[in-house]
Amino acid sequence: MAAPAALAAPMRVVEHEWLMTRRLWQGVVFSMFVSPLLMLGAMGLGLGGLVDDGAGVGGTSYLEFVAPGLLAATLVQAAVADSLWPIMAGTTWLRTFHAMVATPLRPRDVQRGLVLWQVMRSSAIASVFLVVAAVLGGISSPWGVLALPAAVLGAVACAAPVAAFAATRETDVSFSLLMRLGVTPVFFFSGVFFPVGELPDALERLIVLSPLFHAVELCRAAASGTASVALVGHVAVLGALLVAGLRWGERTFERRLGV
Amino acid sequence: MFGVTRNAAGVLVGESVASGLMPEQPSPLRAPAGGGALIEARDLRKSFGDFVAVDGISFSIERGEVFGFLGPNGAGKTSTMRMVACASPPTGGVLRVLDMDAATEGPAIRARLGVVPQEDNLDTELSVLDNLLVYGRYFGLERGLLRRRAEELLAFAQLTDRARDRVDPLSGGMKRRLTIARALINQPDVVLLDEPTTGLDPQARHALWERLYALKRDGVTLVITTHYMDEAEQLCDRLVVMDGGCIVDEGSPRQLIERHVRREVVELRFLVEADKAAAAVLVESLSDHVEVLADRLLLAADDGDATAAAVHAAGVRADAVLVRRASLEDVFLRLTGRTLED
Repeated sequence: MAAPAALAAPMRVVEHEWLMTRRLWQGVVFSMFVSPLLMLGAMGLGLGGLVDDGAGVGGTSYLEFVAPGLLAATLVQAAVADSLWPIMAGTTWLRTFHAMVATPLRPRDVQRGLVLWQVMRSSAIASVFLVVAAVLGGISSPWGVLALPAAVLGAVACAAPVAAFAATRETDVSFSLLMRLGVTPVFFFSGVFFPVGELPDALERLIVLSPLFHAVELCRAAASGTASVALVGHVAVLGALLVAGLRWGERTFERRLGV
Repeated sequence: MFGVTRNAAGVLVGESVASGLMPEQPSPLRAPAGGGALIEARDLRKSFGDFVAVDGISFSIERGEVFGFLGPNGAGKTSTMRMVACASPPTGGVLRVLDMDAATEGPAIRARLGVVPQEDNLDTELSVLDNLLVYGRYFGLERGLLRRRAEELLAFAQLTDRARDRVDPLSGGMKRRLTIARALINQPDVVLLDEPTTGLDPQARHALWERLYALKRDGVTLVITTHYMDEAEQLCDRLVVMDGGCIVDEGSPRQLIERHVRREVVELRFLVEADKAAAAVLVESLSDHVEVLADRLLLAADDGDATAAAVHAAGVRADAVLVRRASLEDVFLRLTGRTLED
């Protein structure tokens, strides 16, 4: 496998994750591919039928509105969950990360490898999702392919800081709390299911704090083929979050695995 | 089988090899090729906040020997081992491993080490074979080579017929053997084993020792921490006794026993505390060292049977009398005033 030198070590961690995925494929197939598509079917077609009897959302069908949003939301949710419990398994339950750093791999190689794996895993989910969404008529523009990198950026921008946080924890008690009080509200209020303009003004102003909101905006712009200056801002926010998460994670993985 | 055959180094006492380790200053005392200390520590320290785990220890480990760190829990053995494994940076002192600086050349050193940690960290969801292969990939080893090595190592670990099975349901002894096999995948110069048999039943311990002997015969340098005296006596060519983060003595098991204790020990067990206290006074003149423990007295003796007879003649009636060879346990007791199980 030819990888740039800087990625050679993290790629070995990716190989481990890929092997795990292959061995545990039944669960993975359902959570990664089937369940997001069920959501797309239920929301886009079921709920969409009801909404479109009105006038759709801002002139487009509900399926076209919700498909890119669900893409971003699915990826972010999967990436966050995958950056919590599996990290705890590696640092504490199975200690497999300790096995990795007994070899030439360094704690930061483990961290980078895990983020790199999220890029690949998210890309795989996004590809399947996009194809099915396009077939169902949820993607109206050929620019829709750009929803893939947009959604993946959103996913890793969340995965990096969450993994950094997970590496600081001794137990997983805070994880369910983070999912319930952090991820779930963000999932419902970030413009996935309805335009954020429908929110009360106070809440609408807060929504810029949600990484998912920025990812949804990017995906929706791509899926409908509409560009605007605001997109640069969305990319910048997610990019900054990713960089901050990577830097923080480098420190927390080092502290957890190398002292 | 694993790597080149190496000559066992002669027994070294004290810090006789502490100087002149650089390759450009060959010492006449050492073999010209492949000689020299593989691991060399001077005034090595490790602290976690205010807690001092390792308090300025010096030692050197030669190619081909089995070197032990013996001490109770909390003596600093694991912290020392983690520093040698380049998994934990030293707080102070000098640590050179394979002629490299442990503080700055961790990845290059780790590429040539085999590490068997105290707690298993196998991929329990993966198969036995997958565990070997994926671990080998961490070293960047090529897949075809790994397949061949894995096959050899499965045979070595007596796990060939379990190759396709998941690790999770394997017994503790099998998991340990797999962890050792995994540590050999990169054909390491040194294998570090932290408490390799802790938690295993006697049968599994002996099976594991037998595998470690096999490695020793092949000339692999082994570094072992243990709080089992019998393990240290069985396996180690040379060892250091650690207590409270310091090294209290160093030598071969035989040397340590000769240096610190008599050849034999007479154990007198008492069920009643008052009987023990009374007996302690009576036997005082019969041995030059009497150790008073919770339930028994230990009398150092050159001739155990003669001392036991003298004890009897002095009118002492213990609930049980046992004459045995002195062991490292006695050395440890003598050096630290405590038993290992304290």
